[in-house]
Amino acid sequence: MPAATKTRAAHQNHPLEDLIRSDRIPHIWCPGCGIGTAFSACLSAMKGGGRNLEKMCMVSGIGCSGRAAGYVKLDSFHTTHGRAIPFATGLKLGNPELDVIVFSGDGDLFAIGGNHFIHAARRNMDLTVICVNNLNYGMTGGQAAATTPHLAKTTTTTAGNPESPFNLPLLAWASGATYVARWTILHTRELTECIQKAISKSGFSFIEVLGPCPINYGRRNREKPMETLRLYQEQTIIRNNADPMDLDVDFKKKVVLGEFVDKQRPTCIESYDRTCRLPE
Amino acid sequence: MEFWRVPFDSEAIEVSRGIVYIIEDRCKGCGYCIEFCPKSILAFSSRFNKKGYHPPELLDHDICVNCHYCEIICPEFAIYSLPAPLEKTG
Repeated sequence: MPAATKTRAAHQNHPLEDLIRSDRIPHIWCPGCGIGTAFSACLSAMKGGGRNLEKMCMVSGIGCSGRAAGYVKLDSFHTTHGRAIPFATGLKLGNPELDVIVFSGDGDLFAIGGNHFIHAARRNMDLTVICVNNLNYGMTGGQAAATTPHLAKTTTTTAGNPESPFNLPLLAWASGATYVARWTILHTRELTECIQKAISKSGFSFIEVLGPCPINYGRRNREKPMETLRLYQEQTIIRNNADPMDLDVDFKKKVVLGEFVDKQRPTCIESYDRTCRLPE
Repeated sequence: MEFWRVPFDSEAIEVSRGIVYIIEDRCKGCGYCIEFCPKSILAFSSRFNKKGYHPPELLDHDICVNCHYCEIICPEFAIYSLPAPLEKTG
């Protein structure tokens, strides 16, 4: 068979085909959106870790990234706004054998769900939280979020954002997360490895993924998706175990990527059993 | 990818070969695979897919090294590569 026909034939056997609901693909994410790549890295990590996929489930909140739960062909849960972590906590407490992965966006996890995040990290619930940070509320039309950079233009801050954004890895570190990492969608191999590590690690793991939002954030800040990826290539620096204070997302200086925290601490279930379920 | 010096063991290393498969109707034309292919073997085609985007096409079939980067950067699950069958010798 000539090579040209080989490439045109639409063999629907993508390596991740068994993990996605192919009937719902193409998904709703805009051309150039980073969520698809982060989602694909997450699926590769779930598949590649050699863990039992029957015992794995994905929980998402509301927002563009929240749609991920609907595209994965495993047990998944699309929850109410901001409450992905409480639902995941319930799943884990009810069935401690499960590997629970929370895949959601910055608005869901850190604005409306901010409290749940810090308390799950404080309790050290055994969850893997993947936050796709696209720097704004994408689904509702590009309003300023808790992660929008200072002076960035959004629909609600037309003169530039007067506020300062969250430094998410610092927040996770301060709340007591046992694994914290940050990558961009361009560093997808490193991201996949980190997600795999986070899934197999017990304790609260948090991974921030920077991804472009070309339609709602990029367009208002004069950034084409390819330019955002160039920023990720040129304006980032990989520094593992960096000081969490230095991890602001400010592309005018270098943005630090890497694994920042990897420590051990008794999980919520372990501490509970040790304190409240004493052997008779 | 361009080398600024040829690696000393470049003769000894066997480079893997791959075949790229494109599921055209899933493509939304973001161009990430085209831009970041280390061998630059992809380009926008002139034809349209079902949704009206230009899917990528292969410029050169023989130099894909099966690195899978197009597969993992693609947000749409629309492109992947598989190892090329070994060429028969003799």
